[in-house]
Amino acid sequence: MTTSTRGTARQAAPAVLVLEDGRIFRGRAYGAVGETFGEAVFSTGMTGYQETLTDPSYHRQVVVMTAPHVGNTGVNDEDPESARIWVSGYVVRDPARVPSNWRSQRSLDEELRRQSVVGISGIDTRALTRHLRERGAMRVGIFSGDALADESTLHARVQDVPQMKGADLSAEVATKETYVVPAIGTKKFTVAAVDLGIKGMTPQRMAERGIEVHVLPATATLDDIYAVQPDGVFFSNGPGDPATAEHPVSVMRGVLDRGTPLFGICFGNQILGRALGFGTFKLKYGHRGINQPVQDRTTGKVEVTAHNHGFAVDAPLDKVSDTPYGRAEVSHVCLNDDVVEGLRLLDKPAFSVQYHPEAAAGPHDAAYLFDRFVELMAEKGAQRA
Amino acid sequence: MPKRTDIQSVLVIGSGPIVIGQAAEFDYSGTQACRVLKAEGMRVILVNSNPATIMTDPEIADATYVEPITPEFVEKIIAKERPDVLLPTLGGQTALNTAISLHDAGTLEKYDVELIGANVEAINKGEDRDLFKEVVEAVNAKIGHGESARSVICHSMDEVLAGVDTLGGYPVVVRPSFTMGGAGSGFAHDEEELRRIAGQGLTLSPTTEVLLEESILGWKEYELELMRDKNDNVVVVCSIENFDPMGVHTGDSITVAPAMTLTDREYQRLRDVGIAIIREVGVDTGGCNIQFAINPKDGRVIVIEMNPRVSRSSALASKATGFPIAKIAAKLAVGYTLDEIPNDITEQTPASFEPTLDYVVVKAPRFAFEKFPSADSTLTTTMKSVGEAMAIGRNFTEAFQKALRSLEKKGSQFTFVGETGDKGELLREAVRPTDGRINLVMEAIRAGATQEEVFDATKIDPWFVDQLFLIKEVADELAAAERLDAELLAEAKRHGFSDHQIAEIRDLREDVVREVRHALGVRPVYKTVDTCAAEFAAKTPYFYSSYDEESEVATREKPAVIILGSGPNRIGQGIEFDYSCVHASFALSDAGYETVMVNCNPETVSTDYDTSDRLYFEPLTLEDVLEIVHAEQQAGPLAGVIVQLGGQTPLGLSQALKDNGVPVVGTSPEAIHAAEDRGAFGKVLAEAGLPAPKHGTATTFTEAKTIADEIGYPVLVRPSYVLGGRGMEIVYDEARLSAYIEESTEISPSRPVLVDRFLDDAIEIDVDALYDGHELYLGGVMEHIEEAGIHSGDSACALPPITLGGHDIKRLRASTEGIAKGVGVRGLINIQFALSGDILYVLEANPRASRTVPFTSKATAVPLAKAAARISLGATVAELRAEGLLPATGDGGTLPMDAPISVKEAVMPWSRFRDIHGRGVDTVLGPEMRSTGEVMGIDSVFGTAYAKSQAGAYGPLPTGGRAFISVANRDKRSMIFPARELVAHGFELLATSGTAEVLKRNGINATIVRKQSEGEGPNGEKTIVQLIHEGDVDLIVNTPYGTGGRLDGYDIRTAAVARSVPCLTTVQALAAAVQGIDALNHGDVGVRSLQEHAQHLTAARD
Repeated sequence: MTTSTRGTARQAAPAVLVLEDGRIFRGRAYGAVGETFGEAVFSTGMTGYQETLTDPSYHRQVVVMTAPHVGNTGVNDEDPESARIWVSGYVVRDPARVPSNWRSQRSLDEELRRQSVVGISGIDTRALTRHLRERGAMRVGIFSGDALADESTLHARVQDVPQMKGADLSAEVATKETYVVPAIGTKKFTVAAVDLGIKGMTPQRMAERGIEVHVLPATATLDDIYAVQPDGVFFSNGPGDPATAEHPVSVMRGVLDRGTPLFGICFGNQILGRALGFGTFKLKYGHRGINQPVQDRTTGKVEVTAHNHGFAVDAPLDKVSDTPYGRAEVSHVCLNDDVVEGLRLLDKPAFSVQYHPEAAAGPHDAAYLFDRFVELMAEKGAQRA
Repeated sequence: MPKRTDIQSVLVIGSGPIVIGQAAEFDYSGTQACRVLKAEGMRVILVNSNPATIMTDPEIADATYVEPITPEFVEKIIAKERPDVLLPTLGGQTALNTAISLHDAGTLEKYDVELIGANVEAINKGEDRDLFKEVVEAVNAKIGHGESARSVICHSMDEVLAGVDTLGGYPVVVRPSFTMGGAGSGFAHDEEELRRIAGQGLTLSPTTEVLLEESILGWKEYELELMRDKNDNVVVVCSIENFDPMGVHTGDSITVAPAMTLTDREYQRLRDVGIAIIREVGVDTGGCNIQFAINPKDGRVIVIEMNPRVSRSSALASKATGFPIAKIAAKLAVGYTLDEIPNDITEQTPASFEPTLDYVVVKAPRFAFEKFPSADSTLTTTMKSVGEAMAIGRNFTEAFQKALRSLEKKGSQFTFVGETGDKGELLREAVRPTDGRINLVMEAIRAGATQEEVFDATKIDPWFVDQLFLIKEVADELAAAERLDAELLAEAKRHGFSDHQIAEIRDLREDVVREVRHALGVRPVYKTVDTCAAEFAAKTPYFYSSYDEESEVATREKPAVIILGSGPNRIGQGIEFDYSCVHASFALSDAGYETVMVNCNPETVSTDYDTSDRLYFEPLTLEDVLEIVHAEQQAGPLAGVIVQLGGQTPLGLSQALKDNGVPVVGTSPEAIHAAEDRGAFGKVLAEAGLPAPKHGTATTFTEAKTIADEIGYPVLVRPSYVLGGRGMEIVYDEARLSAYIEESTEISPSRPVLVDRFLDDAIEIDVDALYDGHELYLGGVMEHIEEAGIHSGDSACALPPITLGGHDIKRLRASTEGIAKGVGVRGLINIQFALSGDILYVLEANPRASRTVPFTSKATAVPLAKAAARISLGATVAELRAEGLLPATGDGGTLPMDAPISVKEAVMPWSRFRDIHGRGVDTVLGPEMRSTGEVMGIDSVFGTAYAKSQAGAYGPLPTGGRAFISVANRDKRSMIFPARELVAHGFELLATSGTAEVLKRNGINATIVRKQSEGEGPNGEKTIVQLIHEGDVDLIVNTPYGTGGRLDGYDIRTAAVARSVPCLTTVQALAAAVQGIDALNHGDVGVRSLQEHAQHLTAARD
């Protein structure tokens, strides 16, 4: 157990959070001291801060944690979803002074400083969350130490930050080189996974089901994909505006043309939506949390799911749509606000969900979707045989 | 697939009297359920013997049976009402056990009643240790996680002793099957302890079964609350982490929501195991609670147990999250699915989600060990707390310190001044979990203990330990600062420091700190409990304070009334006061006010967000109340604050509130003083020409002796300024008086001892009345069964009074009016009288809602608390009569001749407590209140009503068999007639030699049995205690001399408790019991709903 404590909050350096619309919150520096910018979004998960921080979908976003206590279980090397922290800034109310968990290797504060992530603590995170809920996600800056200046200067700097709408970010977070995640146990299938910001747990969930996963860079071509002779193709989650994702959309159309079993998660769902001819749009403040009720419209069952998306697909809920790839339907819907949470082709082996069945962090209710992918590949294999 | 259309009527079983382990939370749950079912258009039939509940209000169900919750009585109700279905999952273990008995006896099948909410198989799988272990094994086989502690099931002492070897030695945990609140369980460190605990456990278990298991003492403890619908949708409503590690019953632990020290992987593993368990057990339309232990060293997860029903924890979880588990459980039971049920708080999202919290909730238990001085105060796996307080804050320290001050107990808040004890000694003491251990830990920290040392001693998780250190560091900053500035005050407030604590640290007065704080603009804001961490807009104003930036209290137009609740349940201040507060809220809402409830007790109906227009879940201290008043005054017009319905807690704030300019409505603080202060009250009595027993005050033995000599023994002695008869004793001689003064530690010139003449053999009478300044409405007159000297809260009573005539009532009415007028009451007053000889003495007056208001209201079918609330805000008795809230003519003193007789009986918690040697505590009633709850028996004649009250409280009176009689000399005369009656009813009498001789001389045969002190006879003749233990005695009458500790009969009475044999400790109770036995032996005892009684009464009044 560590007995060294950070002292009371009053002993930490002052920090300030400035929103694009001019609202200001004053608190204390957390993690690295300095400045950072991004899109302010809030996440309502009460557990899983390590997974959140390392989720590439949060690239260029400043994440506000609605749960007040963050860092209680410290940091370990098993739970991250990628090799680094991706959030551009971190906002918490009450950071832990000592971590307590048998797997903890160091404190979150240390980890944030080690990775130079600027954060702020001690602010009214609920007020900030309500503000974002009412006004929508917006640009933000966090400043501490030498970066502090008068409010109007800081406000002007926040307004200079590029918007998330129109941002093409996948290439910035995806792997540069293809790598392989071997199947656990007997290998049954090969999957080409296009990395648009993939989380570590996704290939893991496939590997657990006997899939050898070839993780390809976001820039992978159709030829690159078929070079691994895949039984199925997967499109991952990732940051940015799906409206800018021209390359993955055209690659996916190629996969659909060939009729290879296809599965998409999150960004991958938006890509499928676009490939089918549907539009996408930016939600006012997005879905970020691990308690979202999603209904599987084929079974009527409700699953509690992990979400992290600021954009959504605009597809009709009440009818089957005709698309260039045959009939498509909305397979899953969020019961909170009727946002499209899944798409399914009726005439081709392709489906996708907007949320995170790999569930890191989050509940495991939707793990069956990986089984569905396996079934699609098995059926296709049976047809071929 | 919505609601089932095949259900026209539903029977709901309540939980009966408030006992330790099964308290007001089931009124909260049951009330919600009844309302939901009624709103669904079903005929709701309710049975609950507890009159102090909102659920037994006639408007909550269609047919309300205040009858004993025994299979026999419930069958009568089923036969009469013929419900389609029975919902047993909302009335705690009592309801569940009753339903299982009805099923096993074939009653449900006979009347074609379907169990809903949980099926018998699921209940058995969840409750039976052996079956549950199989469930956990099956879950492990499926998902690879979750296991049970290694254990052995035993049905005899031999099996128990052999079991220890199987588990690899001591310590072991003993858990009896099918008992509530963990009754009878405990840790055994050696064979002696094992024999005692397991022996009792085998007795307590209805299936004579105990489980022995490996010790997981010191592990982290968690609970999950789950719900599942018929489509197999499952949600986890809440996670709860126990601050006190394994070894302390969760009801006695400080608990925290959400869990604070789990990574997502570990939390999701618990969630996976929980969901797999609810599926495997087969709870398919309702909720359950699952407890886990986690080894802090390696994360090994052990599933401890599950409750396939709504529980205390689910009530807490509902309040903690805003997700109303009981309400939703009721909807699931009648066929809805989670996605079809809207979330009340957001109104636009469904219930098929998992609440997420942006605050921290801390629950702290409230104990009553001071009432049981001989009881062992070590906390174990048997629940001993009598109530709890919950607090919400934006972080742990804020919530935690708020919870501790919500307990309203001297020393419950951390103190940071004064000398500390020796660090090593403090740490050694902290190893033993007790009430207030947390304060000991803080003292150890102040004495220099390190975080490691605290963890080693207590096994409290290091994160929590660090939070304690954080609190201590803030206290150090407060002490060291040159002056109190805004930043420092805000910091202290963010960690939950009260003005009182800051004042203590800075050696200032509390009001000075408050003034400074207000001058610096440091005030709390109010945040909303919204189930979703602000992701969606909340429609329900359920608030908690925090020293944060933005307040969410909306402005309003209508004038508001703030109702102060009663805080944590404790002996002497329980659910009855919550009942009155809830009634006030309903009545004032109907009268056009915006109602604002303030309370910190999660077990109550008052803290349901549905009850009032606004709910502030806050401590009831002056500081917290003043801030709420300020916030509401900013929000709109404030008509007033009601302090007279929540018991002594809000009443005690009355003067200070007024001094701070708060409009206190109803009886004024000055009037309250006139009733509470002995001198002032004496004047009121003198002016009204009313006698009180002779009395005096003393600070030394000599003074006390002089007074006692003058007024004559026996005298009633008590410390001044106490509640619930704390420390009160009847003293029969000088020697005992001297000892009493010596033993009393709290006597000082400012805290003298009160010495009153004790009215031996007097009839004690309670009166509840309303007074509006002009007119008196006599609510009801209750005649106590036990003589004066037994605390009114522990005494059984009858309404209408069974032996008082019209002349007596007239005198009582005149005296009540004189006092109400003299004191200046505007609302309710409760007065205790003693009729001795022909003189009517006034014992005391309480200018507030009393414990008996719900009973009186139900017995007379008049809502007294509603009327009191209206009178507080200016309505008159005449207006309320015209409106129909009160009867047009007559009152509780003029009940028709054929009005039903209602009997209230107190329920005592004896079986919960053991002394340090593991023996039971004595069960003799006295002037100090020790009951936790009450039941009501109602019927057309006294005998039947009394028999019902006994059946409801302790189990049915025997109608034959063997009765053991042993009474004090002074009771021997009054014993003869009832003894003869017992013989006439076919009882065989057993008596010790002295009593047998007296009986013999009066022509009554009794078998002589050996006293415990005589030991077993030469030919193996058993002693009375042995006979009781062997189940050979059906009724015990044992009256003590005096009220001291270890007197004759102690072993007899504790044996009676252990074996659940009815035990009467006064001759008056014997006389009443004989009437009850007589009624039971003469024809069938029927059941009748409150609605039928009321109809009858109203007809008779017209």
